[in-house]
Amino acid sequence: MKTPVSWIKEYVDVPAHVTTEELTRRLTLTGLKLEGIHSPGAEITGPLVVGRVLTMEPEPQKNGKTINWCTVDVRDANGTGEPQGIVCGAHNFAPGDLVVVVLPGGVLPGGFAISARKTYGHVSAGMICSARELGLGEDHDGIIVLPPDAGEPGQDVRGILGLDEEVVELEINPDRAYALSLRGIAREVLVSVDGATGFRDPAVRDTPLANDEGHPVVVEDGEGCPVFVARKVTGFDPAAPTPDVIAQRITAAGMRPISLAVDVTNYVMLETGRPIHAYDADELQGALVVRRARGGERLTTLDGTARELDPADLVVTDDSGIIGLGGVMGGETTEISATTTSVLVEAAHWDAVSMFRTGKRHRISSEAGKRNERGVDPTICEAAADRVVELLVEHGGGQAHPGVTVVGAPPAMPTVEVPGDLAARVSGMAVSEEQSVELLRAVGCEVSGSGVLSVTPPPWRPDLTDAQDFSEEVIRLVGYDRVPSVLPTPPSGRGLTRAQRLRRRVGRTLAGEGYVEVVSFPFVGDADLDALGLPPDDRRRDLLRLSNPLSSEADAMTTTLLPGLLRTAGRNVGHGLGDVAIFETATVTLPRGSSPAAILPVDRRPTDAEFDALDKALPAQPLHLGLVALGDADGSGWWGAGRRVSWADAVDGVRAVADALGLTLDARAAVVAPWHPGRCAELSVDGVVVGHAGEVHPKVCQAFGLPARTVAAEVDLDVLVERAVDLRHAPSFSTYPVAKEDVALVVDAAVDAADVEAALREGAGELLESIRLFDVYTGDQVGAGRKSLAYALRFRAPDRTLKEGEAAAARDAAVALAGERTGAVQRS
Amino acid sequence: MSGPNTDYDPVEVTPLKADEVEAMREAALAAVAAASDLDALKQVRLEHAGDRSPLALANREIGALPPQARKEAGQRVGQARGAVNQAIAARQAVLEAEHEERMLVEETVDVTLPTQRRRRGSRHPLTLQSELIADLFVAMGYEVAEGPVVEAEWLNFDALNLGPDHPARTMQDTFWTEPADHHVVLRTQTSPVQARTMLTRKPPIYVVCPGRVFRTDEYDATHSPMFHQVEGLVVDEGITMAHLKGTLDHFASQLFGEGIDTRFRPSYFPFTEPSAEVDVRCFVCRGGDGVAECRTCRGEGWIEWGGCGVVNPRVLVACGVDPDVHSGFAFGMGIDRSFMFRHNLEDLRPLFEGDVRWSSAFGTEI
Repeated sequence: MKTPVSWIKEYVDVPAHVTTEELTRRLTLTGLKLEGIHSPGAEITGPLVVGRVLTMEPEPQKNGKTINWCTVDVRDANGTGEPQGIVCGAHNFAPGDLVVVVLPGGVLPGGFAISARKTYGHVSAGMICSARELGLGEDHDGIIVLPPDAGEPGQDVRGILGLDEEVVELEINPDRAYALSLRGIAREVLVSVDGATGFRDPAVRDTPLANDEGHPVVVEDGEGCPVFVARKVTGFDPAAPTPDVIAQRITAAGMRPISLAVDVTNYVMLETGRPIHAYDADELQGALVVRRARGGERLTTLDGTARELDPADLVVTDDSGIIGLGGVMGGETTEISATTTSVLVEAAHWDAVSMFRTGKRHRISSEAGKRNERGVDPTICEAAADRVVELLVEHGGGQAHPGVTVVGAPPAMPTVEVPGDLAARVSGMAVSEEQSVELLRAVGCEVSGSGVLSVTPPPWRPDLTDAQDFSEEVIRLVGYDRVPSVLPTPPSGRGLTRAQRLRRRVGRTLAGEGYVEVVSFPFVGDADLDALGLPPDDRRRDLLRLSNPLSSEADAMTTTLLPGLLRTAGRNVGHGLGDVAIFETATVTLPRGSSPAAILPVDRRPTDAEFDALDKALPAQPLHLGLVALGDADGSGWWGAGRRVSWADAVDGVRAVADALGLTLDARAAVVAPWHPGRCAELSVDGVVVGHAGEVHPKVCQAFGLPARTVAAEVDLDVLVERAVDLRHAPSFSTYPVAKEDVALVVDAAVDAADVEAALREGAGELLESIRLFDVYTGDQVGAGRKSLAYALRFRAPDRTLKEGEAAAARDAAVALAGERTGAVQRS
Repeated sequence: MSGPNTDYDPVEVTPLKADEVEAMREAALAAVAAASDLDALKQVRLEHAGDRSPLALANREIGALPPQARKEAGQRVGQARGAVNQAIAARQAVLEAEHEERMLVEETVDVTLPTQRRRRGSRHPLTLQSELIADLFVAMGYEVAEGPVVEAEWLNFDALNLGPDHPARTMQDTFWTEPADHHVVLRTQTSPVQARTMLTRKPPIYVVCPGRVFRTDEYDATHSPMFHQVEGLVVDEGITMAHLKGTLDHFASQLFGEGIDTRFRPSYFPFTEPSAEVDVRCFVCRGGDGVAECRTCRGEGWIEWGGCGVVNPRVLVACGVDPDVHSGFAFGMGIDRSFMFRHNLEDLRPLFEGDVRWSSAFGTEI
């Protein structure tokens, strides 16, 4: 809400020593936050004065334009007293008019510096200004012509145009709709600023009594529209200009002056907070009827949009049909126009919820709607309508029609029981009951009783419904800055959970392995999954779609971290980085065909079953870990060449994590997108598959702008954390001598090393201490389609020295089982 | 050498006269002294102290001497051999020391050469900021609560006193999911974790919840459709706004420095009543003399930090807490925002772009 400070002071007296800064500081501390203090003319410097046009000579130019060579009297403002010669392109003025002149040396908004310059064969010493050039609006039909009594030539024009006015912008929270008006702001000044007195309520006025002579109105839905007031002004001059003060004030408030009738309704809305609608009375046919819309009805609102109405929308009709969306926006057919001479003024109170729903349904956001949906004082309809009539008569030359239609009555405000000590109990500071009563009365409440107070809020405060709401009123006026600072004493906590500690450990482990953590948006689209090469039946294509995505290309919650990671890797490559290793831990969203999440009641706790059902209605959201690496794993340098990342680094990254959690991962060949079909490991713990790692498919690398041989992994971190070894027992190691045996086994190239190793382990039995694959050979010596795997085996007993030949026997048993299981033959 | 004299060759027998033994000794000592390196000394040892050295051969002769001569000869030869071995050992020590010194000099490298063979990894500054905040509260006795980001509409809104017709619902531009009648949203705030916590635990409750939240904001320098919040919730007997103030003052001083406190301004959130915006005292200018030029707080002396308030009794009721017995407070701050002004970041996009150079700058601790 923006308003000139002078307008506020029209309704409340503020001591002279209270500056605008102090005034707004106090308002900020009691809840109307200052967003800024502006001045329309802040950007204008130098001489800006009233000038009287003495002569104007139209001079046609070669380019087809006609310019006016003018002499303008600015008295001594130019230092000489001689008439100022100025070239002007506008034609909406005549000799004798008062205009706004900026003299050489002045600067207009946008840093537009004015100097005497040669143009169209004259030296033009200054400029005659339009409203737009002064930053006063978009009107560029011509220059500003001041009223004949606006001032004397040579006089500074800032005061006349309101350019030196201070305009404050206040942030109004949705519960304080009353402060979307001068009436509300002035009242806040009264209770917030020390020494402020003399509040003059613009909504308190003598209004004519209701009678039967007014325009007939029938309200069929008294709940949707409890009060409807109609007044009429006839003989109105549609060309009557809006008085400057009204135009300036609504402009300052951020609204555009349109015509007197419209401007006055906006002005009174700003003044009282009550939205007003004006109809061209001559276009109305018969009685106004307020009712809910019927299915299939349509209305073209005055923004030119044809709308299909909903049966819940409140509408105003006449004999011609629907003429307005009540309280939200009027219709085109009865709109005030340039020929309107008879105005019907509607000031009605509408049901806030209905206003909110209609505004949301039709996506209409208007100044009227904003107020109506947050709650307006229902008791001021007659006063607001009367004020509009007054201004239309005063400035539009019309006559007030004697008819006054008033349908319905404002609903009574509910009385609430408020414990007298509640403000003290809630705030933790000393607030007496007497103080509470006094402050509640200051904001307009009626208070009676003691101990437990009976409090009735004023009609402009529909937000005050609960006892605690009233405590806030008291506490904010005592001052939030007076609330003491006291640390509570929590019971001793249990610290982080095990899962929380382990997740941190995972991040630190990967950082230690050289990976940089990234955070990506979880949005994904089908094209991303295509780029990953996911087959049509891949589970990861089952996406939770967003109804209102920011981009249609990323319209769902992702099921995999890889698109984000690969894109991020691609960005790094795009930034010229050749060696990149990144990881991310984030939840993914896996729909599980759930039933809807119920909207439960709020007046009680949901049952355990209801709460459980709510959780089950959500998609599964496991925490995943993803990593991507490309370029060198170990850098090259003066020491020699670097080491390129390979599929093994991706597996190793996950193994490092598993190791940090005390887990051992098993690997198995798998064909899964987006990995290279021959270089992808399926990783599992105790037979439970946790994810995949390996080299990224060349096509996928290409699709994401990544170099070939980029590697990646993605695993379910929840499963790993859940299976992490909890309590590790202290190990003991044998100190008896070790016996070492090496074996080289030749197997078919397709045999997995993991299978050979598993067989060796099993065959070697308990004496085997460790096994290490130290060489893999393919080539002539083993023949085509074969490979040689060389293992170093270490044998040791926990309690004795091995006997001669014991290790060899265990080795032979290991080789025998490997031969049986995998066809391995010991290499001779 | 005292074993059987199997290879005794009488032809080579050297007389064991004193002057001859003395000559052998002198020759040996001279050779030791002349040995200039360890290899030469090794040769000297072979020649003058080895099995075939004159003194060793002389030693063998002793057994062949008449018994009365053996003692004297044995003494003489033994002393000579002892002296030679001692000299060799001393020379060995000297030469080894010289050798080691020389080797160490020769092995000198340029230790200023670059050494980064392995890239350094790092954790994301927002993760670090979240953990730092969590730790501050854990140190006070709080626990860290968690909840899903794809959340039930009821938990994100209704349970928090944001009914379907509440104007404040439109303040949070919500991502809705398909199908619409399933009432599932991307959580717009970490507050549903408040509701979940109250629904699953009994008071006293002292929790914080850092997490990701979503709003339909177009991505630019100051807006992101995804950002991070930390929510705090306390429900206990006799909890007041003063406890809230004390907690946030403590939080502010821990995060931004000793003496940094907070300021409350009345505000509106449906889930709290009274509600307040919380500003933190500018940790750069502290609202002092330099405030007018301060870029961190833009001359205000205070920085908008988050929202807070006393838990609305309606929320307690919906979450199964008896408002006649318990009261509570809640607060919420932007983690990204806190990080931005704590670390002087004006454009938030580097947080989500994943440029490894940027994240690496923060290492593994902030």
